[in-house]
Amino acid sequence: MLLNQFLLLAAVLFCIGVYGVVSRRNGVLVLMSIELILNSVNINLVAFSAMTGAVSGQVFALFVIAVAAAEVGVGLAIVLAIFRNYRSVDLDDVDLMKG
Amino acid sequence: MSGLVLAAAQNAEAPVYVAQNISFGIIAAMMIFSGVRMVTTDNVVHAAVYLVLVLAGAAAQFILLGAEFIAITQVLVYIGAIVVLFLFGIMLTKAPMSGGEKLSRDNWILGSLTSLVLLALLGYALIDGFGSDKLPADLAPTDTRAVADSIFGTYLVPFEVISLLLLAALIGAIVIARRD
Repeated sequence: MLLNQFLLLAAVLFCIGVYGVVSRRNGVLVLMSIELILNSVNINLVAFSAMTGAVSGQVFALFVIAVAAAEVGVGLAIVLAIFRNYRSVDLDDVDLMKG
Repeated sequence: MSGLVLAAAQNAEAPVYVAQNISFGIIAAMMIFSGVRMVTTDNVVHAAVYLVLVLAGAAAQFILLGAEFIAITQVLVYIGAIVVLFLFGIMLTKAPMSGGEKLSRDNWILGSLTSLVLLALLGYALIDGFGSDKLPADLAPTDTRAVADSIFGTYLVPFEVISLLLLAALIGAIVIARRD
């Protein structure tokens, strides 16, 4: 197997995630797209770990999973707070700090 | 992606793992299809289900790469916990379950242009940089004991920092989401 096939798959998933972050209005869906981005990074880390034979890549993939769990917890809490204040999770409505 | 698989199949100088390459292609196609559907569907719950498909495909790729512990953790944490958290978020925010309200912006052309340019740059850099580097032919499953030794040996301090971060995130999430 080539190393590049995994890296290119991860790149495609990363770009899909970026598209989701840019084009979605719903806060929950933006968080889901961020999960996609973090997951594609994990594929890269594990692929390089398999390439070099070192386990550090896998350890960092585990760390990324832990950080993703923390991120989604805080992110959903923020989305819930926005929903409580605005009665909607449409990110276009949240323009309080827009100059 | 199929071109890569074909190129790998035509390369005769190394042992070719046809079964691995075919399964990689099928899983990768499923992941990309599910990812695209996830960011384009008009139903929030469907998006969560497509996210499950992408994450399960990633777990399968981890097994293909011999990282079985990461694959198990992926299934447990991502599919087991995070997706359920997302479903709770969808329920609590009363997001439209069956279409109707628009979930995407109107300027999707700009977004897709951005991500396509990014993809072209990344793809060029990867193909230029890693060309036809091969994974080791004897790709044995990683010993989970080695991963544990690494976490609790070399990366002990980052591990403790991560656990503190999780605690802080837990408390922060409760404080932010609390009704007061």
